[in-house]
Amino acid sequence: MAFDIYLLEAIINGLLLGGVLALLALGLNLIFGVIDVIWISYAELVMLGMYAVYWLHAYYGVPLVLAGFIAILGVAALGFLVHYLVISPILSSPPINQLLATGGLLFFLQAFAMLLFGNEFRNIGLRLPIIVIADMYISFARLLAFGAALLGMVALYLFLSRTFIGTAIRAVSQDREIMAIMGVDTKKVYLITSAIGGGLAGLAACLLVLQYDVHPDVGLSFGPITFMICVLGGLGRLLGGFIAAFVMSQFITIGGLYLDLEWGYVLAFVFFIGMMFWRPQGILGTRS
Amino acid sequence: MLVVDGITKNFGGFVAVNGVSFEVRAGEILGLIGPNGSGKSTLFNLISGALRASAGSVKFDGQEIAGMPPDRVCHLGVARTFQIPRPFGSLSLMENVALSAFFGQEGKVTRPQAWRQAEEALALVNLPTDGVATPENLGAAGLKKLELARALATQPRLLLADESLGGLDEAEMDQAADMLDRVRRERGVTIIWVEHIMGVLMRLVDRVMVLDHGELIAEGLPREVAADRRVIEVYFGRDYEAHGESGQPAGPEI
Repeated sequence: MAFDIYLLEAIINGLLLGGVLALLALGLNLIFGVIDVIWISYAELVMLGMYAVYWLHAYYGVPLVLAGFIAILGVAALGFLVHYLVISPILSSPPINQLLATGGLLFFLQAFAMLLFGNEFRNIGLRLPIIVIADMYISFARLLAFGAALLGMVALYLFLSRTFIGTAIRAVSQDREIMAIMGVDTKKVYLITSAIGGGLAGLAACLLVLQYDVHPDVGLSFGPITFMICVLGGLGRLLGGFIAAFVMSQFITIGGLYLDLEWGYVLAFVFFIGMMFWRPQGILGTRS
Repeated sequence: MLVVDGITKNFGGFVAVNGVSFEVRAGEILGLIGPNGSGKSTLFNLISGALRASAGSVKFDGQEIAGMPPDRVCHLGVARTFQIPRPFGSLSLMENVALSAFFGQEGKVTRPQAWRQAEEALALVNLPTDGVATPENLGAAGLKKLELARALATQPRLLLADESLGGLDEAEMDQAADMLDRVRRERGVTIIWVEHIMGVLMRLVDRVMVLDHGELIAEGLPREVAADRRVIEVYFGRDYEAHGESGQPAGPEI
């Protein structure tokens, strides 16, 4: 086969899509890795962040960048509250209870958004240009989202590796009891981690609202794939989730090129199911 | 320095520690011995705050610490090591120790101070301070040293050392014992030392306490305790005396 420019375009678009998916997976993995709780309602936090940007920018005329920062802080605060109000009272109860509690939160947030914002699809009405390079169409919004997602991940990496509180976050995920004996207030570490997880959801919201309409069920369109990415990479493995995000996004865009977009998702999910038989612990997970 | 009064811990119907009272004086090394399951580790967990006492009180420098969360007990100056070392495998040795220096004295030290104290603590136990070495390549002796360094980095006044020498060979054991002695002499740290190997312990400690089935059965100078009938029964079984008279001691050397 001759050099296929459309394939290259699909690969590039997959890479760009992967960046945002990796960001989403990172937040979810961070929370799972540190607190051992799966936030089923993670994508709903993203949905609320998207609404925040929409209302602030399109309705109240706040400049987009400022609206984005407010949304990130707002969702970070929401992440803090999710842990404080929902998770921490049931932290030592069986995992299924935590799963059900955050699952309940999912429906609560969805219904809440439906009541408050209605069922309309809304978008911020920003038309970013399409970049054309040698016959390839690349969305500027996606490029921007990819760049910002990468920056966010680098910032998180530096935070986790260069600061004491970041190091404590990594350490808590290995042994909470020892951390407390060493003088670390683990409750505080959990709250900070939850706020960071929320902040990452907020950042993802800012990037997604550039490309997609927001409506109360928008979480369903990327929540499930985020979970699959986390599981594929090995739950709680930050690097595994990062790699898995790009693997899945390539399936989606390359599959979309040869078949159509829906089939791209079908391929990605079939791949996921196959991988679960072959490596149920995930790409980088260890069997336990 | 530490006054424990009638401390009790039940797990359901099982009484792990039953009304234990004792006192630790500043600057001493107090040995704590007893058979497996006699409640030594539970007692440590009660003092360090990892477990909540069912009854009784623990006063550290006159302040009630029973029921306090472990991080606050640590901030007051109580550190502990674990029988089975529990390092953070993915962190470097320096990170392992600096974390405990920084958070163990939260708010009282700056970041550079914490790194310096980590370096000091690692140097004290002869472990590399390069910031690259990880716990992965340390043997049993090295891991025990890391435990000790991590505890010392919090600049404790009281150290609860849990069976620090199990799994070491004789030379390593002597070395580790000397290290505890140095910690006491050079840093003025008061130590409660739980140990299975009685020989090393008896040589170094000022006093010994013996726990059996959660109760304190003897307390005193090492040679007094070693000669105590109940201790001999508990530790070596009822037949010990008969063997002892025939010149074949059945238990570990004292």
